[in-house]
Amino acid sequence: MTYDKEFLLSLYKRMALIRQFEERVKFLFLEGVMPGTIHQYNGQEGIAVGVCSALQAGDVITSTHRPHGHALARGLSVESMMHELFGKITGCCKGKGGSMHMGDLEKGMAPAVAIVAGAIPMATGMALAMKMKKQANVVVCFMGDGAVNEGAFHEGVNMGSIWSVPVIYVIENNLYSASTPIFDMVRVKRLSDRGAAYGIPGVTIDGNDVLAVHEATRAAIDRAHRGEGPTLLECMTYRITGHSRRDPCNYQPEAERKHALENEPIGRFRRYLLAQGLASEDDLAKADSEDAAEIEAAVKSAMAAADPAPEQALEDLLV
Amino acid sequence: MARLTIAEALREGLRDEMIRDPRVFCIGEDIGIRGGWGGAFTVTLGLEQEFRSRIIDTPISEAGIFGVALGAAMMGLRPVADVQYGDFLFCAMDQVVNQIAKMRYMSGGKLTVPLVMRAPVGATGRGAQHGQNLESFFLNVPGIKIACPATAYDALGILRAAIRDDNPVLMFEHKILYGSKGARAEAGAVDASSEIPAEDYIVPLGKGIVRREGTDVTIVATLLMMHRALQAAETLAAEGISAEVIDPRSLVPFDWDLVKASVMKTTRAVMVQEGPRRGGWSAEIAATLAESMSDYLTAPVTRVASPDIPVPFAPPMENFYRPDAKRIVEAVRGLVMPA
Repeated sequence: MTYDKEFLLSLYKRMALIRQFEERVKFLFLEGVMPGTIHQYNGQEGIAVGVCSALQAGDVITSTHRPHGHALARGLSVESMMHELFGKITGCCKGKGGSMHMGDLEKGMAPAVAIVAGAIPMATGMALAMKMKKQANVVVCFMGDGAVNEGAFHEGVNMGSIWSVPVIYVIENNLYSASTPIFDMVRVKRLSDRGAAYGIPGVTIDGNDVLAVHEATRAAIDRAHRGEGPTLLECMTYRITGHSRRDPCNYQPEAERKHALENEPIGRFRRYLLAQGLASEDDLAKADSEDAAEIEAAVKSAMAAADPAPEQALEDLLV
Repeated sequence: MARLTIAEALREGLRDEMIRDPRVFCIGEDIGIRGGWGGAFTVTLGLEQEFRSRIIDTPISEAGIFGVALGAAMMGLRPVADVQYGDFLFCAMDQVVNQIAKMRYMSGGKLTVPLVMRAPVGATGRGAQHGQNLESFFLNVPGIKIACPATAYDALGILRAAIRDDNPVLMFEHKILYGSKGARAEAGAVDASSEIPAEDYIVPLGKGIVRREGTDVTIVATLLMMHRALQAAETLAAEGISAEVIDPRSLVPFDWDLVKASVMKTTRAVMVQEGPRRGGWSAEIAATLAESMSDYLTAPVTRVASPDIPVPFAPPMENFYRPDAKRIVEAVRGLVMPA
């Protein structure tokens, strides 16, 4: 497949935005300026951006406890997310969601579900609604590798399969469920082998290759639009930051980490674009600095925004 | 006007709502299988012939059912999801408590989750895992309305209100009160049938009703216990004690105005609850009355409830577990005529 330069640069810029966002957020946490906890997306950017760049208006994604990358890739604004992380009423969830429940359904992302595999039945249900309404859209359900061992995975994927609903189950296999190696916890060689249990295609791809992710997603979307139902898409990747803040990753072997850092998706795509003459150093530097400026503006406005009144906690429960 | 059982009234309600609103659909186990039962208690019997694509049979996957219903509700449909036995809600607890109840709140009020969940409850000869009353578990979960209709009239009116509500509503229905027929008829069934008017009425959530007026004591009871409380009130009347029986019909929201006005008049309150006494909904109501009504109360706020054990199987033990009219009468006598 061939792509125009503008599209390729947009992929780079969005991945770099996620990386810079996460690095800035981590700094704010360590400074003690930002409340809460964070699960960062560093190293997995190729998946969110590769998948979401294949989506249309009306498509919906569901997310996990690690949602910042998904949200940025789907097009939530840096500003609305930064305000949310600072617990401001101007955040995308009015300060009631925080890092782990980031989302905005109007922008195509359901509030993230931070219970492992918890969103899988919900994603199936959203896709069922699309099918019942004859709406030509898809749902993408992001999950970590650990999710495949939850009961909700089994129930949700099976229901998606028997009803042939337009959903793509995307496993981001970063090799660790928190600190536990995933392949100590399954006997299959590939998590996508689980697709066979539900009678749906299981595909494993290099999740650090943003174009491979984009193409595999398009194939899965085409299948969904043909009414053939779900695809289980396993994207191999690596988390080059801790599971959550202050995790020193002592369980990750040195050599494995080193290899992962060489193979992380942004550096790889940058080298590819330069080697192929698809972008110049100046193009990439410009993208980086635009991202940085957007993030700095968001941090500034979020820190300046008023805190919610405590009693606003009582609002927004029921209609 | 027609006289319908609760199961028949719910079926009529589902049919009416599916005709009225194309977004409404039913999802659950065994609900639309040809030659099947129409759900465990016949509520959806035959509806699949009229609404084939909107009576969705599922695998035995309770977490899946409620999660799918949530997703569909977020996308603008109005699902009615049910379990065969309330006890199975525990299989779906994460979906109901972590997702369904919190989704709107976590979104900062941007989302609505118009979702009805139906669950049969009550100790009915099936032992510990098919006979629990689940109401109390969900009372501690902000974000869900809880209804518990005791008559066919209320079951239909509450179902309509629940389907038209933009919030998640959990409806508990008592197996002994359904009036299910044929192979699904229930031993020891209590007649909860009503004359159902032809017009499109609703019973608002949060609106209780005085089932019997009285002056000496207020008895608050739901589902089967409401019927037992009426029996008890009859016995008490013969002894010269005038009991007012209130059926709150929903626990969330709760009709505090009705109950408090009654207690102001009677100065005594007894809550009757099927299910373990410890941490039950009756304790919540008792605590609130004790906190806010001390100027009016002339006797301790009192609970009649099951002992803190699972539902036992053997009939004499199950009868010991489930409060009855006799136990309600004894509790009231202790308050109105102290020994």
